[in-house]
Amino acid sequence: MEDKLVIAGKAYGSRLIVGTGKYKDFDETRRAVEASGAEIVTVAIRRVNIGQNANEPSLLESLPPSRFTILPNTAGCYTAEDAVRTLRLARELLDGHALVKLEVLGDQETLFPNMPETLAAAKTLVAEGFQVMVYCSDDPIVAKQLEEIGCVAVMPLASLIGSGMGILNPWNLQIILDRAKVPVLVDAGIGTASDAAIAMELGCDGVLMNTAIAKARDPIRMARAMKLAVACGREAWLAGRMDKKIYKASASSPTEGLITPKGKVA
Amino acid sequence: MTLRLQINGAPREFASRLTVEGLVAELGVAGKRIAIERNGEIVPRSQYGAVQLADGDKLEVVVAVGGG
Repeated sequence: MEDKLVIAGKAYGSRLIVGTGKYKDFDETRRAVEASGAEIVTVAIRRVNIGQNANEPSLLESLPPSRFTILPNTAGCYTAEDAVRTLRLARELLDGHALVKLEVLGDQETLFPNMPETLAAAKTLVAEGFQVMVYCSDDPIVAKQLEEIGCVAVMPLASLIGSGMGILNPWNLQIILDRAKVPVLVDAGIGTASDAAIAMELGCDGVLMNTAIAKARDPIRMARAMKLAVACGREAWLAGRMDKKIYKASASSPTEGLITPKGKVA
Repeated sequence: MTLRLQINGAPREFASRLTVEGLVAELGVAGKRIAIERNGEIVPRSQYGAVQLADGDKLEVVVAVGGG
């Protein structure tokens, strides 16, 4: 059986979702997305630069919605109201597309989510028919509340957005994973391939990242590394790792038939 | 008659009456993948030709850009 990521009833072959920010230009963005194998890509919604070059290329020409599932976000929103308005605009912009990434930030320095505002926005958006994938703190209680509101995926942070600090609290993620009935994706904080693999080995359904790829010395190569890391971590999780035996060795080679019998010193 | 609008937070004046469709052309964004909010409400693309702008309207005109 094929191993697919199913979000809101739709199946995806890739468990890696990538952001499209911080790249040098749209060509580099497109090449990195291609190399990552991602089928879902996040975008931000911003005011048009009025009066600027009308023939300026646009992001969605490089990443056509006919080929990719575009996941509009609410990055930069600090209130539920702003987030809801932004996603209503996004839905209009994307011809009624309902799958969105909700994030309501609480602090400009840490970009930690403001969970009361996130919960309020999630309620409104779900009631309006949006399929909400939600960026959240790694608090199992709040993750459950978001699921109960009707979010289609919960996306706890591994560490601060854009920090590359990796998975700081695998224990909390594990509690969230053990209880969740919707897909759980780690969003934010991934720094390198092993971080993505660890997230998948914990049992996450997917990983969302942007800076780890965009700010690598060679973004295209890192995109490929992340594709492999996510697939590799997933395989390891499906395979089921061996039990950890703390301070207890177990020889892999036969203990019998040694040329110097056990216990004797030559 | 002057039509005074606030577009993306900045004041703009137009010499004549305008529909949303007319405004989109004036701004040079016709045919682009955009979305418009007028006084807090979405204006569906199908209604650009029908919605007449009024003095004092506040508009947000947005596009998709790179982001995580």
